[in-house]
Amino acid sequence: MNWKYASQRKEYGRALIELGKMRKDVVVLDADLSGSTRTADFAKEFPEHFFNCGIAEQNMMGTAAGFAASGKVVYASSFAIFATGRCWDQIRQSIAYPKLNVKICATHAGITVGGDGASHQTGEDVALMRTLPNMTVVVPADAQETYKATKAFADWPGPCYMRMGRLDFPVITDTDTPFKIGKGTLLREGNDITLIGCGNMVSRCLEAAEALEKRKISAQVINMSSIKPLDEALIEEAAKRTGGIVTAEEHNVVSGLGCAVSCFLAEHIPTPLKRVGLMDTFGESGEGEELMRKYGLTADKIIEAADEVVKRR
Amino acid sequence: MVAYPTDVIAELERKANLIRSHVIRMTRSAGSGHPGGSLSSTDIISALFFKVMNHRSSDPNWEDRDRFVLSKGHAAPAYYAALAESGYFPIDELSTLRKLNSRLQGHPSKNKLPGVEMSTGSLGQGLSVANGMALAAKLDRKTHRIYCICGDGEMQSGQIWEAAMLGAHFELDNVTAFVDRNMLQIDGPTEKIMSIEPLADKWKAFGWHVIEIDGHDMRQILDACDRAKETRGKPTMVIAHTVKGKGVSFMENALSFHGKPPNEEETKKALKELGEDQ
Repeated sequence: MNWKYASQRKEYGRALIELGKMRKDVVVLDADLSGSTRTADFAKEFPEHFFNCGIAEQNMMGTAAGFAASGKVVYASSFAIFATGRCWDQIRQSIAYPKLNVKICATHAGITVGGDGASHQTGEDVALMRTLPNMTVVVPADAQETYKATKAFADWPGPCYMRMGRLDFPVITDTDTPFKIGKGTLLREGNDITLIGCGNMVSRCLEAAEALEKRKISAQVINMSSIKPLDEALIEEAAKRTGGIVTAEEHNVVSGLGCAVSCFLAEHIPTPLKRVGLMDTFGESGEGEELMRKYGLTADKIIEAADEVVKRR
Repeated sequence: MVAYPTDVIAELERKANLIRSHVIRMTRSAGSGHPGGSLSSTDIISALFFKVMNHRSSDPNWEDRDRFVLSKGHAAPAYYAALAESGYFPIDELSTLRKLNSRLQGHPSKNKLPGVEMSTGSLGQGLSVANGMALAAKLDRKTHRIYCICGDGEMQSGQIWEAAMLGAHFELDNVTAFVDRNMLQIDGPTEKIMSIEPLADKWKAFGWHVIEIDGHDMRQILDACDRAKETRGKPTMVIAHTVKGKGVSFMENALSFHGKPPNEEETKKALKELGEDQ
């Protein structure tokens, strides 16, 4: 498929500026990565409302909590591994437990970080955030959805986590595509299998669905950008209609989107399912696309999984 | 400096004594909790809640109130007693500490109890939160102050020093923080477990205005708060030299009462010493 590509990070920066214009209660924090996370775009427009906390993510989260306890809507950014793993206890104790209005918006998630290698990549962030009570978790599929999610967070009470990639993502939504926290989007209808993806993998689900169609397997595709709360109604509908599910995420298959979907299905409507994602492994250095191929985050892998699930139905 | 009249000091000392008796009764009734570190913080907490801080129990969310963060969340009994004595909730409720369905959690929980500004308990985190509150106050051009009490064991946490840097960097002169320097942590003396001295030099080197006081002398506590208020461009760290278990002879400097409540007999004895046995 011929995709247009656009940057999630750039849209994040743009949405922050929009928010800064609209409301006085927004503050933005970063931990020395503001150029990369694009919070620097906001800092340029609203220097008084931007606070660089230095390379000290734990302290940044605590400071964010203090701001939020004083009525501010706080956006705190860094790379996904540092924004979640480095300071998980601070997020748990000082943000999630007191249910404070801190929006953790992290970039450079997954393995497409590329050359920096496993130390800077993460397949664990969604798992770490999803397990926290009170936390909302959103993984936008493209740049436009990132813009919408950033703005939606401001009006969504309580702690939120959003994960963005480093690379430009294929454009799959437009300004009119609805985005609502807690809702997935059915992008393509089908009868034989449902492919549920998030982030970077949604475009690959669409590619897989197209290839399957040529082989007379009718696949529907759901963009499940809202991982918590999960759109259970949409999943149930999909399970009933197609009787088989494949999930796809640029994240460890342990405790990510695939696990969220599997747990719901196992409890409510047991359905054959296969997860495509990082197979409980760390990444390594390389070009983003090379890594996606090496670690099986491809349309081909989704097709393989779909074939297997269709047989099991 | 304000010369506080003797009767003001005496009244604060009476209140602190009352808080101590609550701490004894509460931890006894709960069957667990941290009497030692509560008693070492009691005089500071009493000075803040009954004299220094502007706050309204009738309007806990009054926007111009001074904020208080108990970074050493295990001193919750003394904090709760001060809140109850300030009128935030009925004094009778103190006996529910640590019990099922109580608003008085073992460590402070922001959304459970009026007057609690921040959930704490995992050590080393409160000063960062206080800094965030101080930055928010400055952004809003508000003149209220942020008070924070840290334990001395907490000084071993890296996050404390991250917060130290941030407080000085942003010149948070609206922060008055205390270290309850009682010299003991669960496993033993701080200087034996992981030494934190020279503590005053460390805070000075990090750019803070440092005051050292006897943390059980009301006049010194009040003076330190006044001096902090007058300081411009720097946050203040008050190193309050205290005695763990202060006020109950057999609990003073006794490591065993860090996380163990008094038994029946010890409770009677303690309350008698405090003159609160009626």
